[in-house]
Amino acid sequence: MSNILPVVFDGIAYGSWLFLMSAGLTLIYGVMRILNVAHGSLYALGAYAACSFAGAWLNGGLPAAGSFGMLLLAAIVVGGLVGPLLERGLLQWMYGKDEVVLVLVTYAVFLIMEDVIKLVWGVDSLLLPEPYALPGNFSLGGLAYPVYNLLLIGMALVTGLALVWALYRTRQGKLLLAVIHDREMSMAMGINVSRFYLATFTVGATLAALGGALTAPTVAVTPGIGVEVIVLAFAVVVIGGLGSLGGAALGALLVGLVRSATVRYWPEAELFSIYAVMAIVLIARPKGLFAVQEARKI
Amino acid sequence: MKALAAAAVAFALLIALALLAPQWLVFMAMLALAKGVVVLGLVVLMRTGLVSFGQGLYFGIGAYAAALLSHQWHIADAAVMLLAAAAAGGLLAALLGLLLARYRDIFFAMLSLALSMILYGLLVKSAALGSTDGFNLHARTFFGIAFASGMERRVFLIAGSACAVVAALMVHRLLDGHWGRLASAVRDNELRVSYLGASPYRVVYFNYLIAGTLAGLGGALAALAVGHVDPETTYWTTSGEFVFIAILGGTQSIMAPFVAAAIFETLRTIASQYAPNVWQMSLGLAMLAIIMFQPAGLWSLAERWRRSA
Amino acid sequence: MRMSPSFTLRAAVAAFVMLLTVPASLAQQPIKVGIVTLLSGPAAGPFGVPARNAAELTAEMVNAGTVPAPYTQKGFGGTPIELVIIDEAGGPQKQVAEFRNLAPRVDIVIGYISSGDCLAIAPVAEELKKLTILFDCGTPRIFEDASYKYVFRTGPTGTMDNVSVALYLVERNPNVKSIAGINQNYAWGQDSWADFENAMKTLKPGIEVKTSQMPKLFAGQFGAEITTLLGSGAEVIHSSMWGGDLEGLVLQGAPRGLFEKHKVILSAGEPAINRLSTRIPDGTILGARGPFGPFAPDTELARWLKTNYQDRYQVPPNYASFKIAQAILGVKAAYEKAKGAGSAAPDQDKIIAALENLTFEGPGGTVKMSLGKGHQAVMDAAVGTTKVEGGQLKMVDVVRYPAEKVNPPDGVKSEAWIKTGLKK
Repeated sequence: MSNILPVVFDGIAYGSWLFLMSAGLTLIYGVMRILNVAHGSLYALGAYAACSFAGAWLNGGLPAAGSFGMLLLAAIVVGGLVGPLLERGLLQWMYGKDEVVLVLVTYAVFLIMEDVIKLVWGVDSLLLPEPYALPGNFSLGGLAYPVYNLLLIGMALVTGLALVWALYRTRQGKLLLAVIHDREMSMAMGINVSRFYLATFTVGATLAALGGALTAPTVAVTPGIGVEVIVLAFAVVVIGGLGSLGGAALGALLVGLVRSATVRYWPEAELFSIYAVMAIVLIARPKGLFAVQEARKI
Repeated sequence: MKALAAAAVAFALLIALALLAPQWLVFMAMLALAKGVVVLGLVVLMRTGLVSFGQGLYFGIGAYAAALLSHQWHIADAAVMLLAAAAAGGLLAALLGLLLARYRDIFFAMLSLALSMILYGLLVKSAALGSTDGFNLHARTFFGIAFASGMERRVFLIAGSACAVVAALMVHRLLDGHWGRLASAVRDNELRVSYLGASPYRVVYFNYLIAGTLAGLGGALAALAVGHVDPETTYWTTSGEFVFIAILGGTQSIMAPFVAAAIFETLRTIASQYAPNVWQMSLGLAMLAIIMFQPAGLWSLAERWRRSA
Repeated sequence: MRMSPSFTLRAAVAAFVMLLTVPASLAQQPIKVGIVTLLSGPAAGPFGVPARNAAELTAEMVNAGTVPAPYTQKGFGGTPIELVIIDEAGGPQKQVAEFRNLAPRVDIVIGYISSGDCLAIAPVAEELKKLTILFDCGTPRIFEDASYKYVFRTGPTGTMDNVSVALYLVERNPNVKSIAGINQNYAWGQDSWADFENAMKTLKPGIEVKTSQMPKLFAGQFGAEITTLLGSGAEVIHSSMWGGDLEGLVLQGAPRGLFEKHKVILSAGEPAINRLSTRIPDGTILGARGPFGPFAPDTELARWLKTNYQDRYQVPPNYASFKIAQAILGVKAAYEKAKGAGSAAPDQDKIIAALENLTFEGPGGTVKMSLGKGHQAVMDAAVGTTKVEGGQLKMVDVVRYPAEKVNPPDGVKSEAWIKTGLKK
């Protein structure tokens, strides 16, 4: 049992991180039918902004605990500025195009942002270890784990629950569900769909930036960190079923657990464990675990 | 007849290029041709409304098949390599197509991506194949005829051009007829196609087979040009590049993939030579501009030019 | 297809003419040196940009004649040099294309950090007959699997990195019983681990390998891997990681006691000193891929590079900076040797003849072009242990291994040499 416990915990921690990454992606796809490659750039922007914000805070000699607030602020600022900028400035002119073309549009945005990040922050890595080291360690099965991982798991839970509440328990959320279900009909009923698109994209962007901001203290923030998460997040979302929030959560957990078990028992296979899971799930369930049923149109 | 004449002219021009152009241009033309062949296959697939984000799988299989011939079995004949690569791509596609032909839309795209990434993982783990470093390949003959040193790439370009022209003509014949209209019908409304008694599965399967074969061929052409293979050929960014070139050119013409590939290579070279710090941004902006202002691909520009002329 | 032949003809001719008018080669007044180094992506920060900076600094000071002896002559034998810098990012296929475009525009190419790029470029350089100096990539396969006339490597191979840390470890812990590894899952990480594992098996037969972790390159997060290492019970952990992955490993591993419970070896850890400094825990064994950075000998050339680089870029030069400066100075030495007392510029064959088997001084010490039929450099190796003193990270217990002790003799493959006893 003591062998299994660390594997499960690592899997849950990694899964929580994956969920933060994929929640925004699946939300945007569910509402707008855009598979957003630029999600990776927003993640990277969030991480870089977190380093700048929290770095400035710590350099100002302010209490170190406040750096956690700076992480959240960085995510909100990036999401709140870049999200609307992208949606209003670019994406709104692209609606109605083929899904694949939209993937390419966001891929172009991703390429542009890679260089923008390089021009703003340079190519040297940025480090922000304080928030990670500050809460200390706890012990599990005789091994030391950072408390920060617990915070990450907590954040993933809070984010997931908040999204579910906003979608199913508020008026705006129910209107959004109507838009997802039938865009034309919602418009005919007088729902301002364009405003919902803006709001969805902004929330999705903020979630991506939040993922980045919360990751920044645990890693070295380097050019190209966005690339690594795109395909990971894609895999999770596809495994769960595109557009399904519960699916993303389950997919994230599944991938997290499989990965940590592979690392422990079969480290050579780590490189393709995630893709193997994706392939197996898609072979068994062609539209993911929680596929959203669509009416067949003749 | 028109198509045949156009193909003959294109082939003659490519031979002239192969014989007269400086080495660096021969190489660039060869690479553009290789990618053009892969994208041609992608265009066939796109006629059925499917986009593969995993053509790197077949591109890589083709490249490695060609390279392994020289590396493991010491067969250094370019013609054998090209044939083996196309066969390898085709065989794998015949197998995976049984599965993939059931998928549509983004799920087709993502499953093909997953499969190509699994191959990537396998290649990275293969220390005997040099892992991510890859290995060199040497082709010294063509149908058993040895060529003078310094002439290799020129001969490859002519061989590649012949392959490309033949492939393009065959695809043209296929898409221009009954099969092409069936493919478009599958894209527009699959259900109606099956009510009419045709099998969308079969259409998708065969188009996938063609795409895989052509991507394998393209992989070998690229490997011959570069003289080196590595797992990057199967990575998702390589597959993404093919999709980009396909969109850049548009799907209306079988010439479009080749022209688009040439433009793409030129664009990337110019960007990385004259803007080494922002070449990704330049590429991204160019991509956006094309999607914004030429949604049907660059080929629509050519069509307009032709009409006004 | 609805297209007339006349249109096709027009379009194709237009494209043909457009491509031909791109300038292919330019008149050569100064000596043009192509510099290929990573300017974007994750390796730009730790290697690419420090290399570019050092190349620019070195070229400028070579032209001004302000490099210490024996490099006091201005330029290359009096002729100034001019750098043409391009980005190495994008993988071997793109790099072969870029090399073919670059080669006609320059006289010499110096570059390449990635081993995959080096392997792909070498035969192309040979085909185009363009003198090409590889300055950083590590794989010994380049000159062990093939031989080249136009290709040289002025930096040592990766073989000695892991052989020297294994020797260092066994000298300090003669009773070491178990090892584990965490290396990036690509050729460099796999080769480094194989070299280290085999060297340890040769030096300590019967040593136990507890686990070999191979996380994906640039994964950045190693929570599960660190858990496995912590639970493995291995005495020693070897890692050849670099850049963001290495920094991530230290940042995530140190608070969890990875460096306290185990002796950690970072075989390519030197560039991280400038980034992490005192965050690297005491007692970590560090390599620098040769006698570079803090391991550089106390010579005038080393002081020249350290002082001028620090003054201009506000950070110390790391091994990538040392190695490119060394490459430029090596070519300068060969050029001037080939030129001799005459006034005519030497042709490429003369420079190649001069560079083969040359021994020259670089900022990292003596470089001997003694492997790969005179095309591959060997140098001394250096290994040290970290210790924080007065808020500064210092290297203590530094040991230098003579080049002959940590490199195979010419004609012997590294892998076989390590497995068969590391004999001279």
